[in-house]
Amino acid sequence: MSGDIDARFQLAWVEGEDDGFSLDIDVRIPGRGITAIFGPSGSGKTTLLRCIAGLQRADRGHLRVGGETWQDRRHFLPAHRRPLGYVFQESSLFAHLTARGNLDYAIRRARPAPAREQAERVVALMGLAPLLDRRPQQLSGGERQRVAIARALLVSPQLLLMDEPLASLDAARKQEIMPFLERLRSGFDLPILYVSHSVDEVARLADHLLVLERGRLVASGPLSQVLGRLDLPLRLGEDTGVVLDGRVLERDAHWGLARVAFDGGELWLRDSGDTVGQGIRVRILARDVSLALESHSDTSILNRLPATVVEMADDADRAMLLVRLRIAGKERESDVVARLTRRSVDHLRIAPGKSVWAQVKSAAIVK
Amino acid sequence: MGFSEADWQAIWLTLRLASTVTVLLLLIGTPIAWWLATTVSRWKGPLAALVALPLVLPPSVLGFYLLLLMGPSGPVGKLTGALGLGTLPFTFWGLVIASIFYSMPFVVQPIQNAMESMGRRPLEAAATLRAGPWDRFFTVVLPLSKPGFVSAAILGFAHTVGEFGVILMIGGNIPGETRVVSVQIYDYVENTEYARAHWLAGSMLLFSFAVLLSVHLFRQRDARSAIGVLGR
Repeated sequence: MSGDIDARFQLAWVEGEDDGFSLDIDVRIPGRGITAIFGPSGSGKTTLLRCIAGLQRADRGHLRVGGETWQDRRHFLPAHRRPLGYVFQESSLFAHLTARGNLDYAIRRARPAPAREQAERVVALMGLAPLLDRRPQQLSGGERQRVAIARALLVSPQLLLMDEPLASLDAARKQEIMPFLERLRSGFDLPILYVSHSVDEVARLADHLLVLERGRLVASGPLSQVLGRLDLPLRLGEDTGVVLDGRVLERDAHWGLARVAFDGGELWLRDSGDTVGQGIRVRILARDVSLALESHSDTSILNRLPATVVEMADDADRAMLLVRLRIAGKERESDVVARLTRRSVDHLRIAPGKSVWAQVKSAAIVK
Repeated sequence: MGFSEADWQAIWLTLRLASTVTVLLLLIGTPIAWWLATTVSRWKGPLAALVALPLVLPPSVLGFYLLLLMGPSGPVGKLTGALGLGTLPFTFWGLVIASIFYSMPFVVQPIQNAMESMGRRPLEAAATLRAGPWDRFFTVVLPLSKPGFVSAAILGFAHTVGEFGVILMIGGNIPGETRVVSVQIYDYVENTEYARAHWLAGSMLLFSFAVLLSVHLFRQRDARSAIGVLGR
């Protein structure tokens, strides 16, 4: 689908002794790629998603998706008339139908109905062939979510909404599903809104990021930009870090390393089996970046990059500071964030504008 | 000794009555149960209480009011009279109508419980799969509430078979028309024909036990849905 999503919602409710909850959001979401809606629990992520789906009615709402109005002051398109797919947090498969029956439920109602090859492709992509004749009760949590994702795809959506589809699964099951979600991104030209409170999921999957807190939008933009911001009230602690999109330049079989280029520089990373030329995503945690005033070769740290200090900000931990660094190449540049002790910053006299060497202790290829 | 011809007539009448009432109650009770399960209206409480009344009301009270309503000078009686249907008391259809009220909670409550235990999630999932309200009702609500319907049918049938007070009030004791098994037993006891009463009473005992046992077994098999009046 071409065209962005313009969403404006206001709603409030009062609950018991609590102060209640209010959502007040006005956002434009790109009409392509995966947009993660991120925030702590209670920040209104799911409510926003439900408003977009039409499962919940905002007191005041305005929603345009790809040029079509789904909701405004006078109109409210009911959920079943909105061309979207929805994957719920826990499996929402119909218990009285087999996996196949659940998929057929979607196919029969899809407008336009998916072609047979398309249905077979979705079944293959989600690895469902051996599961089709089982009932939901006979499937594992991960398998159920795969069926639920396939079912949402088979209704021919123009927009896919996913509400923490991994939240109800344990770590092993999450790892089992993740590749299927990555296939979803590469295999379908379908905008996806993905609600999550896990930085790991966001770092692996998202292209864009919306950050919500207490029902308000606090940041939105391309993933790397938003993650590189230091002023977010987003307290990620040990998870603070950036993602960089890169490309594999060469693979060193002897040392098991891969040379990866990103905007502004190169990194040697553990080879994750990606072929040369392949686009990958690298996540660098702030705690894995240290600074030196000179380039030392007498260190075990492989990646040393010339950088300039851009800005500094307080960390949630008062002993620590966050420092944003710009790594500039000839034409392009990228930012990384380092998490340092105040004492080191003071000792090295680190300040905005200063040239330093960023030592990247480790970085992970996340896709 | 076995059953006399009059006994067989009473048994046949009882089964005919219970089947008719069960079918009609499933048709009437389903929308009522659905409304009670989903509404946020302030009328939910009053309607739920009205449906549940026969659980606590003496059958003679219910029968008395129905008799007044359906009698020749009652509003319903006048209407049926004007329509050329005669009056309903002391007829089979009078019994059917009275039994519908009397057995209503035994049908509505299991269905309502099953619908409530289903939760909103399957309906929301169906809505995101392009299913409209009627589509959702027939393809999601009804199949997922099936255990409730089975319980409702068994309990509604059994409860109608076991009716006595309302029938006596409204139907009297007309062989082949309103003399059901429970009334037949009453007659035998009145006339001290205990041996005949034993045959029918014993059969009713076995029947009722078998019904409750089957509900229990069915529920065990389908433990996922918390349903039924008896379980509350």
